[in-house]
Amino acid sequence: MSAIELHSVTVVLGGRPVVDGIDASIAEGEWLALIGPNGAGKTTLLRAIARLVSFSGLIELGGRSVREMPRVELARLVAVVPQEPSTPPWMTVSEYVLLGRTPHLGPLAKEGRRDREAAARALARLDLLGFEERRLGTLSGGEKQRVVVARALAQEARIVLLDEPTAALDIGHQQQAFDLLDTLRAESGLTLVAAMHDLTLAAQYANRMVLLDGGRVAADGVPYDVLTEELIASHFGASIDVVPVGGRIAVVPRRDRGPTPRV
Amino acid sequence: MSATAEQVADVRARGLTPAWACSAVAFLFVSLTIGVLAGPIDLGVGAVLESAAARLHLPGASTSLTPTEEAILWEIRVPRVILAALVGAMLASAGATYQGVFRNPLADPYLLGVAAGAGLGATIAIAYLPEGLSGQRALPVAAFVGGSVAVLLTYAVGRSAKRERDAATLVLAGVTVAAFFTAWQTFVQQQNSETLQQVYSWILGNIPSTGWSDVVLILPYVAVAVVVILALRRVVDVLSLGDDEAASLGVDVRRVRLALVVAATLGTAAAVAVSGLIGFVGIIVPHAIRLLSGVGYRALLPLSVIIGAGFLVLADVVARTALSPAEIPLGVVTAFFGAPFFALVLRTTRGGGS
Repeated sequence: MSAIELHSVTVVLGGRPVVDGIDASIAEGEWLALIGPNGAGKTTLLRAIARLVSFSGLIELGGRSVREMPRVELARLVAVVPQEPSTPPWMTVSEYVLLGRTPHLGPLAKEGRRDREAAARALARLDLLGFEERRLGTLSGGEKQRVVVARALAQEARIVLLDEPTAALDIGHQQQAFDLLDTLRAESGLTLVAAMHDLTLAAQYANRMVLLDGGRVAADGVPYDVLTEELIASHFGASIDVVPVGGRIAVVPRRDRGPTPRV
Repeated sequence: MSATAEQVADVRARGLTPAWACSAVAFLFVSLTIGVLAGPIDLGVGAVLESAAARLHLPGASTSLTPTEEAILWEIRVPRVILAALVGAMLASAGATYQGVFRNPLADPYLLGVAAGAGLGATIAIAYLPEGLSGQRALPVAAFVGGSVAVLLTYAVGRSAKRERDAATLVLAGVTVAAFFTAWQTFVQQQNSETLQQVYSWILGNIPSTGWSDVVLILPYVAVAVVVILALRRVVDVLSLGDDEAASLGVDVRRVRLALVVAATLGTAAAVAVSGLIGFVGIIVPHAIRLLSGVGYRALLPLSVIIGAGFLVLADVVARTALSPAEIPLGVVTAFFGAPFFALVLRTTRGGGS
């Protein structure tokens, strides 16, 4: 069954269609990487799925229209890891991760034992035990990003939308975060849609790639079919080589101009 | 994977800790006591307690105060202290609420034009209403109406904006409306310069000694406002992540913000109506609590209510006793003592705060 259905989804911002008639069906348990040059509409498409921006067309989650869903129900289905999350410096890690439980609480209720358990599980998964009392203002960029992912996990939504989730992480924590997300996906059928700039990392984890350009789908398929020299050259204006790495592929930038280096 | 009991125990949000709650309540209690005892006529702690016991019909209790002293205690001092506590609680919690809702540490209870509107209402009442009417009765009502109209106008202007209707739009609308109302108020004042003194003293703020009538007047507004603000205190923490993230966590941002802003504003309008413009309380009290305890809104809001109440009672004691029998405007006292205190807090706290 498909987790997310998009039917001619269009988002107009400032008189310009930033997302322009996108159709797609995303299966449950799929890991879909949205790639594309700056301004291709990746972030805006994610925001439309979470109903953070108004759109025309139809977006359905599990067969129900996003537009007609109460906010709180939508938040139980979809968790968002934004590109630039705000992390109030006075908040402790526990408090921040517990905010992920908001859609499971009444507007006037406070967190109960189940909520604290969910938060503790999320902290444990992101290797953040011992950080509970730390203020967000005292964390490094990478620690903050893990805390943000932990908040999304504590939300216990079936769909997680990630906008450049690992930009601030070092290569080890990048892999750790993605391995974790992939484990959750495999274990519990989480659906992941991630806007990603790092094409190699995307190719290592995603089982499907959608290349956006000018708000439209330029290519859609397994990484091997989307990450081709031709497509990347025409949509990113980049020269690359695609090389096989451990059964998957990696994208390596290639310098075409200038003197040939002596190695 | 399941979390161990120990891990779960470490995951908690700092609500109102018993230590902080007790300290705040003790502070309020001491303030109220000082407020009731301080004054030109020394009533004595024992006599006051006896009188209170007699009022509560405790068996065997009888008052040793003369009827005049009884009247001073129950018709002047106690209502004035309670009024100061209500106004202080309202201004401090409204300030904290605005700071959370608008994500602006400098937001104060007068942000959306309440002050300018109430000022205009009061000025019109003082300038145009007959002498007897303008004093006790009509002035607070006119100020309340003016404050409410200004805020409604702010909201209408904010909603009419073509740009994205976010929190900043509402603040800009507030600035616009306040400028307009202030101009109007200055004009009326200029045309009626013989009432300048009266308008000026209202603007500087004071807690009137008008017995219970003002307490009764503002109690319902303050009670409703404080209940709404405290009920939604966890959501204010969510709102501090910004509109988008709060929405993606299932919060109906516009509706919650409206509820909080309406509550804080109506309460502030009621407080301003009886006390005039007492500056600084809505900024200094929440920030001092924040700097000292580093807590989030769910603890900050109840603490602001309690400590704001105690703070203004003490400030009012200074206002009415420092140059007794003359009174210093309360707005002058809050800023004169508040600003150095705040500077001290800023200086002595490090890290932790926001």
